[in-house]
Amino acid sequence: MRNIWIICRKELQSYFVSPVAYLLLTMFAVIFGFFFWVSVMAFNNMGLESQMRGQSFPMSVNEYVIRPLLSNVSVIGLFFIPMITMRLFAEEKRTGTIELLATSPIRDMEIIIGKWLSAVILYATMLAFTAVNFAFLFRYGNPDWKPLAIGYLGLLLQAGGLLAIGTFISTLTKNQIIAGGATFGVCLLLWVLEWVAGLETATWAKVLAYLSVVTHFESFSKGVLDTKDAVFYVSVIFLGLFLTSRAMESLRWRS
Amino acid sequence: MITVNGLTKRYARTLAVDHISFEVQKGQIVGFLGPNGAGKTTTMRILTCFLPPTDGTATVAGFDVIEQPMEVKRRIGYLPETPPLYPEMEVREYLSFVGKLKGMSGANLANRVVEVSERCAIADVSAKLLGKLSKGYRQRVGLAQAIIHNPDVLILDEPTAGLDPKQINDTRELIRSLAGDHTIILSTHILPEVEQTCEQVIIINKGKLVATDSVHNLQNRARGVEAILVEVEGRDGAIDSGVIKHRLETVPGVSRVVLKDHRNNQSIFEVESLKDRIIRGDLARAIVDSGWNLNELRPTAMSLEEIFLQLTGTVQQHEEPQAEVVAQGEKE
Repeated sequence: MRNIWIICRKELQSYFVSPVAYLLLTMFAVIFGFFFWVSVMAFNNMGLESQMRGQSFPMSVNEYVIRPLLSNVSVIGLFFIPMITMRLFAEEKRTGTIELLATSPIRDMEIIIGKWLSAVILYATMLAFTAVNFAFLFRYGNPDWKPLAIGYLGLLLQAGGLLAIGTFISTLTKNQIIAGGATFGVCLLLWVLEWVAGLETATWAKVLAYLSVVTHFESFSKGVLDTKDAVFYVSVIFLGLFLTSRAMESLRWRS
Repeated sequence: MITVNGLTKRYARTLAVDHISFEVQKGQIVGFLGPNGAGKTTTMRILTCFLPPTDGTATVAGFDVIEQPMEVKRRIGYLPETPPLYPEMEVREYLSFVGKLKGMSGANLANRVVEVSERCAIADVSAKLLGKLSKGYRQRVGLAQAIIHNPDVLILDEPTAGLDPKQINDTRELIRSLAGDHTIILSTHILPEVEQTCEQVIIINKGKLVATDSVHNLQNRARGVEAILVEVEGRDGAIDSGVIKHRLETVPGVSRVVLKDHRNNQSIFEVESLKDRIIRGDLARAIVDSGWNLNELRPTAMSLEEIFLQLTGTVQQHEEPQAEVVAQGEKE
């Protein structure tokens, strides 16, 4: 446990000493802010329209602002994840510092979890900054906080899975650009798999669509904590970390 | 302290290390010597548990590198060929990070960081970023990193590569001062380094163990072989060095004759004897009887360099072996 924290702290430090963390935080905050503004404006217009028509139906902030916003963020996240994970192992392999870690009395799994955890913490920080936007919603509206919290939990779980996959890909190369590019490709693929469901109804199509990370976010965005979807994300996390540990072991046998 | 038995490492097609066995006693400094690509780094990586061996066993401080890697890693300090530094960390910060990795903490660690910084002469840069350090400092930080947890065994892969002559001397002195407390294996392809710093030499070439002995014994072993420099002059006009060479080769007890220099009517040869044969008298007689003048005849001591080249067979001709080895060192 102590070793995991030592590695994690070192990684966080290198994120925050370099401009990487600040760049990601800023970009994420700006893009999130834009989507927030668009959703709120759309909600306003809808409200005005329904008033002009004289209809009054119950309008929920959760339903019309938070839900689409969270769905958008889950997709935006796919673009940020490669930038977070690409350096984790590729950089250590390039500079040879991996030899220091691998010859220290510390388990491979502790190194891997430490690194992955630092990526998750960075992503969580990015999410935390977006809470500022919701502060306005709570100030001027009356949304329910529980679905929002579940939505955030979903975002974190989804990112955890993708970050684990990114960590795995980073162990495969010395080149950060290749690691980043490949991770981006995989993230994109895991997103668009969902579209198969709209084209086909055969079993294989259902299986492919099931693998899409975006499909499983739907319940979270509605504020529903569905065990099935949570288990899916947790399995992706385990799979990613497991593959990473295999890759690290094979690194020793091959290099 | 270190026992290696039949160690073998095979990469896809190449055999990097081929059944190497040796032993290192506690507190010794051992030079691991070999030309580039001989398998030095691979052997060291196996000893530090970075790579698993294909075959054979290695134990460090009584622990097997495959069965008990954690115990081995706790007792080993390792400086790879390029010091494993994080450019965005400060020196002090880095040393304390490595200390924590090795299981140290608290005041003990803080004290040790200061102690090690002083010992490796890097205290003056302790607040600098590693990425901004010069090569000499980087190497010394690498060394400091290796000894931070006061390990029983130190494994240093070419600790003086790429340094300037003064830094090389400083580093060697530092390494010598570490002996006693630590058992040290250092790899190098620079021979004077071994003569200066080490007590024991392990020479490998193309993955095979060529010789393992004390520096003293190796030099002695070479002394059993006599190397003699002779200058021969023709009495009347030019002489044919080929004829003289041929004549010298037929003297009993001579193992080989190398032409070192030839001018008009003078030739200089280096003649090597077979082991434990005294050939000076026979040589002189052979030259004089053949009607040439013998200008000079003197024994030359064989340096460790020549022994090395002889053992590894990297250079066929005996001419200027020193230049060859130094040039190799500079290429890195």
